[in-house]
Amino acid sequence: MSGTTDRYGLAQAARMEWIKLRSLRSTWWTLAVTAAGTVGIAVAVGRNSRDASADLVNNALAGVVPGLLLAGALGVLTMTGEYSSGTIRATLAVIPRRPLALMAKAVVFGVVTLIVGEAAAFTAFFAEAATLRHGIAAPTLGQPGVLRAVVLTGAAFCLIGLLGLGLGAIVRHSAAAVGVLVAGVYVIAQVIGFLAHGAAAYMPILILENSLSTTRPVDCGPSCPEFLSAWAGLGVLALYAAIALTAGGWLLAKRDA
Amino acid sequence: MIEARELTRRYGPTIAVDALSFDVRPGSVTGFLGPNGSGKSTTMRLILGLDRPDAGQARIGGRRYRELRWPLREVGALLEARAFHPGRSARGHLAALAAGNAIPRTRVDEVIDMVGLTGAAGRRAGKFSLGMGQRLGVAAALLGDPAVLLLDEPVNGLDPEGVRWIRDLLKSLAAQGRTVFVSSHLISEMALTAERLVVIGRGRLLADTTVAEMSAGSASLEDAFFRLTDTEVEYRGATS
Repeated sequence: MSGTTDRYGLAQAARMEWIKLRSLRSTWWTLAVTAAGTVGIAVAVGRNSRDASADLVNNALAGVVPGLLLAGALGVLTMTGEYSSGTIRATLAVIPRRPLALMAKAVVFGVVTLIVGEAAAFTAFFAEAATLRHGIAAPTLGQPGVLRAVVLTGAAFCLIGLLGLGLGAIVRHSAAAVGVLVAGVYVIAQVIGFLAHGAAAYMPILILENSLSTTRPVDCGPSCPEFLSAWAGLGVLALYAAIALTAGGWLLAKRDA
Repeated sequence: MIEARELTRRYGPTIAVDALSFDVRPGSVTGFLGPNGSGKSTTMRLILGLDRPDAGQARIGGRRYRELRWPLREVGALLEARAFHPGRSARGHLAALAAGNAIPRTRVDEVIDMVGLTGAAGRRAGKFSLGMGQRLGVAAALLGDPAVLLLDEPVNGLDPEGVRWIRDLLKSLAAQGRTVFVSSHLISEMALTAERLVVIGRGRLLADTTVAEMSAGSASLEDAFFRLTDTEVEYRGATS
């Protein structure tokens, strides 16, 4: 492979990032807890569902909301851990083209969180279906909108994880970056959701709950904001991640390491 | 060959490196001396492209660091004792760096043996002593079998056996025709290790010479150093 290329590139940088990611035990612990929490909540929801007319798919995916926080925090720590440990200097000595170094991280972390996110979403869906009682018929993937809801919810792990990675590159300090992530995704988003109805549909958590993980349009009464369609919601989340990564890459290239 | 030309870097109102020009040639160990805060580490970071110079430039083998095709195979650097994640094993850390520049995996175990970390390579590096961390840093610098080596205070934290090991290692690397640039504030250590010296104070070049030349006319290299840097010391304890 090195015989055909005369310079390091994305392939080498991604291989390095993959070894870095998998050689930390905390990576696997965090991902396991994320998936287990998502599935555990689905089981609890399944066992306690009594309303057959509810959006059972949306309920099954309820555990994604706390799970996303862990995926986002893991994204943050994947970047800020390099600064707190000093590894960033070693990384940039190997890959001095800094935007390429961040891109490799995003590719590797994005693929891993997409796989784990999809596995968690599908497992949550089937776990809820298997534990439904009270004579409620379980939803199937063949019903309208169900497969889409499960797949896009799994993808949200990846996008929030990448948002965290970008924030980590911007803020550089673990605690501060996790704080920005939690505030941005959870707290401020909810406050804006209550105060400014028009903007609510664009808040990450509300996109997840009301656009991605639903099988049918959400109607919460006359004061309900008009939520984005599933694919538009996915696009907006992807845009947030792209903005954070672009800003992070630009700052990484501009600042002293 | 390392060439610094008019290298300048300010941090706010302070000039850390001030129009610094020097060459580091292959085949001998070049010591980089200066009092605390004189700009040694900043200079090394500028050479490696970690910090950006405000003016001037540094080249390694005629190229700027960020233009190198396989940086680790051309330049090995040890900057600070701990440039690795505490949760990762020494082997994992080195395997990742090797993959980034397509260095064969077998080289990882080679450098682990070379620095004497064979028994500890699978353990989490966060548990390493300062000296073991320093050895891991040296292993990372040697990974790509580079022709140019930069080491910032490599003997920090090493026991006497480790200090001698570094000294012999640096000399043998230079004897193989490599460029070896090593900073230290330990004059006595440099007197034993280096042949050539670059001395700076307050970011400016004070001397670009040989150990023999600088010691001539003084009782020791240390005396010569104090005479040279007398007016250039930034931090000094009170003498009673």
